[in-house]
Amino acid sequence: MNVNVLVFGQIADITGKESLSITGVASTDELVQLLQQKYSGLKELKYLVAVNKKIIQQSTELKDNDTVALLPPFSGG
Amino acid sequence: MENNVTYNRYSRQIMLKELGIAGQEKLSVAKVLVIGAGGLGCPALQYLAAAGVGSIGIVDFDVVELSNLQRQTLFNVEDIGKSKSITAAEKLKRFNPDIQFHAHDLKLDSRNALGLFREYDMVLDGTDNFTTRYLVNDACVLLDKPLVYGAVLRFEGQVGVFNLSCRHEGYKTNYRDLFPVPPSPDTVSSCSEAGVLGVLPGVIGTMQAAEVIKIITGIGEPLCNKILSYNVRNNMFYEFNISLAAGKSDEYPKSEAAFMEFDYDWFCGHGRNPLEISVPEFEESRKSEVLNVIDVREEGELPQIIEFTFIQIPLSRFDISTVQPLILEKLIVLCQSGKRSLKATKMIKEKFPNSEVFSLKGGVEEWMKYRTRQHNESKPLPEYERDEETRRIC
Repeated sequence: MNVNVLVFGQIADITGKESLSITGVASTDELVQLLQQKYSGLKELKYLVAVNKKIIQQSTELKDNDTVALLPPFSGG
Repeated sequence: MENNVTYNRYSRQIMLKELGIAGQEKLSVAKVLVIGAGGLGCPALQYLAAAGVGSIGIVDFDVVELSNLQRQTLFNVEDIGKSKSITAAEKLKRFNPDIQFHAHDLKLDSRNALGLFREYDMVLDGTDNFTTRYLVNDACVLLDKPLVYGAVLRFEGQVGVFNLSCRHEGYKTNYRDLFPVPPSPDTVSSCSEAGVLGVLPGVIGTMQAAEVIKIITGIGEPLCNKILSYNVRNNMFYEFNISLAAGKSDEYPKSEAAFMEFDYDWFCGHGRNPLEISVPEFEESRKSEVLNVIDVREEGELPQIIEFTFIQIPLSRFDISTVQPLILEKLIVLCQSGKRSLKATKMIKEKFPNSEVFSLKGGVEEWMKYRTRQHNESKPLPEYERDEETRRIC
């Protein structure tokens, strides 16, 4: 199973790219854990998680080809 | 329409059948409050004034700086050192004399926000910090005012509409439903730290103005319960939908009394930190004490400091052992906005718990502003700034 991950703002600076392809995760919690292991800088950041453009509050089951987006807060104006 | 001149001015939009004379009349009686006359506020204000929004409030207590001109297109070099809100109101009045501008040259806080917001139909958020964003959001939730949100950093921007129910959805969400509590200040960057491509707030601020005009006239579908993200580098737009289930944040103050007591500085992690020294305290210390100063900005970061001596140790290769001789005196650490210097200060304090070390709150940026304000206060004020009231109607 393959999940597309889009990252925004400073998260892209940590991952080094704006989109990632991740396999072998069944839920958003598993995905976040895996990303935090891979990119330790993610641990101290706040961000919201959206599955297929819908913001989620709790861990959500993932299906093949789902798109998960991680958006940190911005304050600049 | 009052007369042919007015009709002529707005004719290109009145001829849109979705807007028409009825839409123009709605715009002419609308009252919109724009928070921040900066990168987002300037383009938003210009298009709201161009569209004929009848009454526009401008809140900003900052003065124009040279580094603003890269994106804040309402101002020019002669405006440097002048109040942003008053200068913006005067310029816009010349651009469109038919409408009323209210310059609120004040720092928005939980004591003055509700009274001010009550005078307007909706609010456009063009602020540059989380403290004011949460304050503006919560005030709009309490007063049930639509809030058109925008934010930018580096090459990315966001725009969205809060506290407004779209016809088919029947529920309202707000910023707290995205981020119930603010991020810790040392994990996020501001534009002065991380930079911003000047045209980006132009795009996002203009989109905010478009949302305001759509809400007033009822045209199309505003970005209710949505955040739209735009990346200028790859032209990607991505929409985030805030569901009803998400819309259950319980964190905001529930009554006006609770709001007025709410300490937003503390909530956003900007309360009094024993490791920080304020700019006025620093200026005082510089006169009366022997100080060592470290600049932890990277080489080449501007502005350069020439007014006092310091040692540059960029945070990227910060070596705690080189600091040891400096802690024999009171040590001040500074950077652009006070975030990196706070990190370095914590490291020094951990290694040398007895050292007298402080991070300059607000950094070089705040220090420059302070110097500009001091400089302005020492010369006579121009006529238009002599008003005792902070509020001016142009």
